[in-house]
Amino acid sequence: MSPREPRATVPVTIDGQEVDAVEGETILSLARRVGVPIPTLCYLDGLSVHGGCRLCSVEVDGDPRLRLACATPVWQDMDIRTSTWDLQEHRRRIIELLFAEGNHICATCVSSGACELQDLAATNRVDHIHYELSYADEGVDASHPKYVLDRDRCVKCTRCVRVCAEVEGASVWEIAERGGGSRLVAEMDVPWGEASSCTWCGKCVLVCPTGALSFKGRGVGEMRHDAEVVAFLSRARNEGEWVNRTDEEVPS
Amino acid sequence: MSGSTDDKLRLATVWLGGCSGCHMSFLDLDEKLFGLAERVDVVFGPLTDVKVFPEDVDLTLVEGAVANEDNLELAHQLRANSRVVVSFGDCAVTGNVTSLRNRLGEPDELLQRVYGDAPDLAGQVPRSVVPALLPTVQPLHEVIPIDVYLPGCPPSAERIGRALELLLDALEAGEGLPDLTGRGPDDLRFG
Ligand code: SF4
Ligand code: SF4
Ligand code: FES
Repeated sequence: MSPREPRATVPVTIDGQEVDAVEGETILSLARRVGVPIPTLCYLDGLSVHGGCRLCSVEVDGDPRLRLACATPVWQDMDIRTSTWDLQEHRRRIIELLFAEGNHICATCVSSGACELQDLAATNRVDHIHYELSYADEGVDASHPKYVLDRDRCVKCTRCVRVCAEVEGASVWEIAERGGGSRLVAEMDVPWGEASSCTWCGKCVLVCPTGALSFKGRGVGEMRHDAEVVAFLSRARNEGEWVNRTDEEVPS
Repeated sequence: MSGSTDDKLRLATVWLGGCSGCHMSFLDLDEKLFGLAERVDVVFGPLTDVKVFPEDVDLTLVEGAVANEDNLELAHQLRANSRVVVSFGDCAVTGNVTSLRNRLGEPDELLQRVYGDAPDLAGQVPRSVVPALLPTVQPLHEVIPIDVYLPGCPPSAERIGRALELLLDALEAGEGLPDLTGRGPDDLRFG
């Protein structure tokens, strides 16, 4: 591999802090580098950008629209605000809508204690759901010998769709329908256990942020996902760096 | 802190459609209960033998979702007679486990399935003495206005202790209610 040219930098302000951003990088990548927290849900290092959850929305001075930090490249003299009260409220409403749309009973969930939606609610100060809860009943698909899909806990982040297509190359998953009626389906909406393109690799289960995808046989609070595995695989593939992760980095 | 019973704050705890786990967690305050007893009089709750929700209650912790007609009536009573109402635990806050039945259809169908069709119950469906089920289980805030939310299934004793201390401090000082949401993820979590 040829050594890369260092990329040019541009001056940017983020929450009042003046920093040098790498030209072409996203607001999210800059924020992470300089230690400014921006909540994300659909974004995952190593996968293509989906821009669907809108939790990473930030304000850019002079721009009437909210910008997605995960999908917007920085520009010269950009003035970014990541945690105004409006943005915090906006994020809370999104999180509450996700709770209202599904059926999230954390007390009975495999992923409780290690769930990104549960964490997002806690860190963004959601103490109850303003919206009427739908108590959705899409049912559980337990037809796969190793894994389980509970659609009522799915937040439609499409991480599983992308990891299966982009990393495993199997393209088992797709989101069918639109809006509130949209649902995660295997192949042409067959039970997962009948999806012959599934290689049983388990990557979709590892990257799921919630209790929607889990290993069969896990009880309440026993599921541990491992979304970082994708960043590890993409570093390995794209940069030839097979950096072994320490035991602490791999959830058991 | 006051010494005489008369100027102590009046605390009530209420058990609606929940498993009593939040009350168990409350009892896990252990030795802190002695400190609490110096600050409040417990005027109503599963731990007292008072039948009617009293008047002039300062602080009421409500465990459980609103699942039947008795729950609904008591919810309105406690709201009318309490200065501060805390939605206490996930069943009160979201419906939680109690609301699992919401996806199973009308109460009549449900009772028929659980009792009527059960092989060993001879078709007996409980309809007298026990209060009638509401069409759906609702979180408390859909029924009455709530002042403070304390999610968790159950909220840990530590979390309850910290919240009570802040609430009692504010009530004793005659101040506005504390914002419990800014106290970090450990004090605010579903499940
Ligand atoms: S997926 Fe997360 S938010 Fe939903 S029930 Fe499970 S732990 Fe709770
Ligand atoms: S187990 Fe692997 S191949 Fe099967 S659906 Fe999940 S990511 Fe795709
Ligand atoms: S993380 Fe940016 S839109 Fe989901």
